[in-house]
Amino acid sequence: MTVNWERWPALVGRGLLYAICALILLFLVAPILVVIPLSFNAEPSFIFTPGMLRLDAQAYSTRWYEVVLRDPVWLQSIRNSLLLAVLSTLLATTLGTMAALGLNSARMPAKGLITSILISPMIVPPIVAATGMYFFYSRLDLTQTMTGLVVAHTLLGSPFVVVTVLATLSNFDGNLTRAAATLGANPAQTFLKVVLPLIAPGVLSGAVFAFATSLDELIVVLFLGSVDQRTIPRQMWSGIRENVSPAILAMATILIAVSLTLMIALEVLRRRADRRGASVSAPANE
Amino acid sequence: MSAAILPAVAIDNGAKDLRREEQFKRVRAFSVVAPLLVLTLVMFIAPLVDMLSRSVRDDSVAQAIPRTLHVLESWSASDGVPPEDAFRALAAELAQSSNGPATWGTVARQLNFEWPGARGVVQKAFRRSMLAPPSSWREAFAELSPEWEDPAFWAALKRVGQPLSLRQYAYAVDLRLDQNDQLKLAPDEQRLYVGLFWRTFWVSAGVTLFCALLAYPLAYLLASSSAKVAGLLLMLVLMPFWTSVLVRTSGWIVLLQDQGVVNDLLIWAGAVSDATKPSLNNNLFATFVAMSQILLPFIVLPIFSVMKTIPPTYLRAARSLGAPPLYCFLRVYFPMTLPGVAAGMSLVFIQAVGFYVTPALVGGQSGQLISAMISHHMQSSLNWGLAAAVSVLLLSAVLTLYWISRRLVGPGPIKVAR
Repeated sequence: MTVNWERWPALVGRGLLYAICALILLFLVAPILVVIPLSFNAEPSFIFTPGMLRLDAQAYSTRWYEVVLRDPVWLQSIRNSLLLAVLSTLLATTLGTMAALGLNSARMPAKGLITSILISPMIVPPIVAATGMYFFYSRLDLTQTMTGLVVAHTLLGSPFVVVTVLATLSNFDGNLTRAAATLGANPAQTFLKVVLPLIAPGVLSGAVFAFATSLDELIVVLFLGSVDQRTIPRQMWSGIRENVSPAILAMATILIAVSLTLMIALEVLRRRADRRGASVSAPANE
Repeated sequence: MSAAILPAVAIDNGAKDLRREEQFKRVRAFSVVAPLLVLTLVMFIAPLVDMLSRSVRDDSVAQAIPRTLHVLESWSASDGVPPEDAFRALAAELAQSSNGPATWGTVARQLNFEWPGARGVVQKAFRRSMLAPPSSWREAFAELSPEWEDPAFWAALKRVGQPLSLRQYAYAVDLRLDQNDQLKLAPDEQRLYVGLFWRTFWVSAGVTLFCALLAYPLAYLLASSSAKVAGLLLMLVLMPFWTSVLVRTSGWIVLLQDQGVVNDLLIWAGAVSDATKPSLNNNLFATFVAMSQILLPFIVLPIFSVMKTIPPTYLRAARSLGAPPLYCFLRVYFPMTLPGVAAGMSLVFIQAVGFYVTPALVGGQSGQLISAMISHHMQSSLNWGLAAAVSVLLLSAVLTLYWISRRLVGPGPIKVAR
């Protein structure tokens, strides 16, 4: 039996890499994982009780989930969040897809400038955007209204749609539309039957990004919204600042489930797009 | 038919058709972009421009007490206390409650930002102005508060009466205008902003560097694993990316609070006792740690996608040419990953500079960043001019950084979500 002494530094190196990466991954997921068991705390505290550590069944309960799903204030925040996210996602996806189609055209004038303007909500810090919006929207009487929030969230979400759809379109074969046209399809038919099905994964993943952005957005809601427009993040924000109740952790656990679903949905979309040869990737991945 | 025998007119028509066709396509492309473009310009860019104008312009005091300011026009603090005319005009204008409740309130509020405590002074003067006129308003006012005998107080009033000024910017960098309109440093205990700007810069730089250090090995592991393992690991990296910032922040509170998981583990391990356990939450440490965790995925992804494209044959070639492993890494592999590292670092830094929610929740006093001042002036002190000025400074910093990073790493990586 011979030991390959030549290879041991590489093996040690690999082992070290695994160990370091395990720690980094722990750092990444620990704050998420720790929330889940604590949301079943029977006590009204953020602390693991001795009973919980002994795995005593009595120390666990689902009472905080009942609070979140029964309390009218929490229910209102869930309703508002969903309404806001759905409306702004629909708008952002429609407008963003249209804009990307136009920007993809070779004849689009002032392409660079217009793209920068459309992407700008991604770059401007949310607190700065919310400050500007507050002054301006209050003059239009849009503060403390759902309409104002929907407009603001549409703008914050649309850049993701523009970026993902543009990325999908860059792999789109322009001959397909020409082929459709020579076969007698009008522009509407070409779009609906040829273009849209092919760019659908990009459109949908843009929509998922826009949805997640709206669902997680706090600062604009804090500045522009009234108590009637409280959303899940705003409710959690005031919950953390005022009374630290595990109801926040129950909501957090529900949100973790939602984000896992969104993430898996996006992964499925990406695979589907890969199979079709069009690429869909997270904009950060570009 | 060849072009040579085509009549000139036909060629002309053809060119015109082509031009019209071009024109049509241009209009069509523009018209689908237009709705989002208009919406963004009107509801996003215009608010930012409006904010810029608000940071230098505020005519609320100028509109509330125009006559007083008119009298003060030819006056300066070096002349001593203003003439009785100014007192009389001010008393008359404060008494005009028919001008809306804002008249004295506006003056009091704006002057109070410039001269802490001025609210009470103006309020007393307002109450007096409603009563029978005295023989001398100056004496009447001075009896109520000594400030009215102070030329510097009047200079402050004249300053807030200027509809157009850079005083909010002076404030936002800890400078004050004295009674002779000279810039000077704010008193020690009032210097907040420059310190916060620096802290924001250093925390962001530290978080960026820390994230780069953590992201590099992780991205390397992802890039060097089999597709299946890499997919699974990528899910672990992406999960925090998709999880709400508030969820992650509450997770950090659970971990870091005084009786939190980290302290419990430290006590259990015998590293510290209950009396000596460190305070991990509500300070700069918590801000740093939570921000790093929240921003880490943004740098792992670009580094990973660059590493994926580096063919392993390059390294094998370097090795077979006799390069030792470390040399290989430093001279061959690392330089090729730099574009990803730079892209990720700029992505993290630009976002870190504008962070608000996480520092506000876990930062306590020592862990607040400049964004906290914007929120404070928007929601508590209602000093909107100053909030706008700080926002403009922050925005210019971010746009400059963005511009530099575009020059360095080229177009492409843009921040994703939150």
